[in-house]
Amino acid sequence: MQAVVLDGVGKQYRLGQVDVPALTDIGFEIRAQRFTVLSGPSGSGKTTLLNLIGGIDRPDSGRVLIDGQDLDALDDDALSDFRARRIGFIFQNFNLLPVLTAFENVEYPLLLARVPAAARRERVRELLDAVGLADKAGNLPNQLSGGQRQRVAIARALAARPTLVLADEPTANLDSHTGEAIIALMRRIQREQQATFVFSSHDPAVLAEADDAVHIRDGAITAIERRDGVMA
Amino acid sequence: MNLLPLAARNLLRNRRRSATTLFAMMVGAMAILLFGGYARNINLGLQTGFVQHAGHLQIQHRDYFLFGNGNPAAYGIADYRRIVDLVEHDPVLKPMLKVATPTLSLGGIAGNYAAGVSRTVIGGGVVVADQNRMRQWNDYGFPIVFKPMRLTGTAPDAAVIGTGVARVLQLCGPLAVRHCPTPHVEQASGADLPGDIAALAGEAQAQRAPRQATTIELLAANAHGAPNVARLNVVAAVPQGVKELDDMIVQLHFAAAQKLVYGGDTPKATAVVLQLAHTSQIPAARARLEQLLAQHFPGQPLTVLDYATLNPSYGQIVGMFGAIFGFIALLIGVIVLFTVSNTMSMAVVERTVEIGTLRAIGLRRAGIRRLFVIEGLLLGLAGSIAGVLAALAAAWAINHAGLSWMPPGNVEPVPLTVRVWGEYTMILSTLLGLTLVAGISAWWPARRAARLEIVDALRHV
Ligand SMILES: Nc1ncnc2c1ncn2[C@@H]1O[C@H](COP(=O)(O)OP(=O)(O)OP(=O)(O)O)[C@@H](O)[C@H]1O
Ligand SMILES: [Mg+2]
Repeated sequence: MQAVVLDGVGKQYRLGQVDVPALTDIGFEIRAQRFTVLSGPSGSGKTTLLNLIGGIDRPDSGRVLIDGQDLDALDDDALSDFRARRIGFIFQNFNLLPVLTAFENVEYPLLLARVPAAARRERVRELLDAVGLADKAGNLPNQLSGGQRQRVAIARALAARPTLVLADEPTANLDSHTGEAIIALMRRIQREQQATFVFSSHDPAVLAEADDAVHIRDGAITAIERRDGVMA
Repeated sequence: MNLLPLAARNLLRNRRRSATTLFAMMVGAMAILLFGGYARNINLGLQTGFVQHAGHLQIQHRDYFLFGNGNPAAYGIADYRRIVDLVEHDPVLKPMLKVATPTLSLGGIAGNYAAGVSRTVIGGGVVVADQNRMRQWNDYGFPIVFKPMRLTGTAPDAAVIGTGVARVLQLCGPLAVRHCPTPHVEQASGADLPGDIAALAGEAQAQRAPRQATTIELLAANAHGAPNVARLNVVAAVPQGVKELDDMIVQLHFAAAQKLVYGGDTPKATAVVLQLAHTSQIPAARARLEQLLAQHFPGQPLTVLDYATLNPSYGQIVGMFGAIFGFIALLIGVIVLFTVSNTMSMAVVERTVEIGTLRAIGLRRAGIRRLFVIEGLLLGLAGSIAGVLAALAAAWAINHAGLSWMPPGNVEPVPLTVRVWGEYTMILSTLLGLTLVAGISAWWPARRAARLEIVDALRHV
């Protein structure tokens, strides 16, 4: 079962007069309900690839399919709605809305998905409980530690029960101890919620947790490891 | 998401900047409302003055207003008594009507022949009791006290003149007019009343008390162009705000004026003056009047004129203030436009990463646009509400500060007041107008925010 299919994906950035290739002819599949890590040195194209998978950027060539849906077939509004329903984002800098409390931040995607109020409340409580922040529901982001913020962000990413959760270096701004705790939490939640997680990281601790690892260098895939022995 | 609380919280985020914008809007709204209140007050003050002195509507000979000035006697209304009677008893007009009274205008020469001086004057014959009732009209509640006419309770041959008339006729001494200089040119020595005028006045002289220091002869042409003279006793000189009037006006009792102009003929009136309870009743009253006149006086050349037509300066002054008000409002609108636009542009730049995040999570472009426009509208609404409250407070303070000023054409200073409270149309349109301007100024920054590429926005530092 494939959550994501990439087929001949290429992306260039224009710097002045020249096109700099960031990704060239990327083709692979991400298995559903697995914990996949994109690994590679700085500048290799991890963020660029995640942006294309998440539908917040469009490739210059090739196709990206999420659960069989070709993202290129969607216009901007349809793609926005698609993201709201199917994709959760976790950012390196947490990116919580500073004027909303922890509870409201987690609730926001549910509002976008037009979930009724009672169901919303229940879901938010459940998620804050799962990330261990039930007692911080009323706190604003600046009243939380970095690790706590990232936990709120994880809860937010999972709120609308997306099929795919993307995280670009989610532990880069955390100390190693907190980072490990966050990884463990995500791993647990990923299993509990049966979600598909895709990470980018050059953190060996993250790599060690992965089901699958995709290695990139200079915008091209160098190796794909399927750790559980099931070959895709 | 319910965007309103989100917008409100975002505004509270940068309190200092929001407060500065809010303050600018508040001052703007206040300036608009205070000037509007001042202009409104002038408008209503002028209106009150006109209505107190010349009523809301006048029934005149069709051609008097345009052609009758030089020879009022020729444009008299013979049936004025029946007209007054008709309007006073009409079931439609009665509830609106406060006063219906005839007036008679005349042109002539007033002379103080004891001093050998004379000048052309315009005279007005009025029913004093009716005029006094008219002067109590104060539908807009101005803090003014009613002063009866100086002709009140005087003898039938009494007259009141402008101070300019008194000056020329050398009556300042006997009438105790202050600030009244005497001319430096040699005057003709006190000649007697010229024989021909004396002859005309003979009858009057024979009947009346002997000449006093304040006696004048008023020479006027009757409807046929023949001269007639009345001997009048000037009881007071009253300053008029406008010099042309001050130099010309002689006021006398209606009966005396009629006797002078019409002598033994049928006495007529120049106008029937109608004062209504409220200015807003003019259209209804006018319609009914025209109906009544057509029905009861068919074929008679009568017309109904309102106070604005009779006093062209009213429309000019109101128009001038309207233009200044419009200019000020436009200026403030532009300032608000730029202030809010600037504030919202700064907010968009500051919150670029947030915009990227919201879009990534699944908010559509339109949602981003709406978020910022609502913030602008909210800022506008808050600013203009603050402005309205500030204007009401400032107006209250001004109205209770005991200030006074001298409007053009006035003789005495009047209390300086601004009318904001109660001017709901003005308050509401300022509120909505400025809010709308703020919303429009937020539109461009909002559009820019909505057009950001998500990945670029997320990478923004
Ligand atoms: N907006 C951009 N404009 C120009 N070049 C870009 C842009 N974004 C990325 N690149 C280039 O594309 C390549 C891939 O960048 P990307 O950010 O995807 O790498 P990365 O693997 O995420 O690196 P890091 O580990 O440092 O985050 C790099 O060479 C980078 O310089
Ligand atoms: Mg990166």
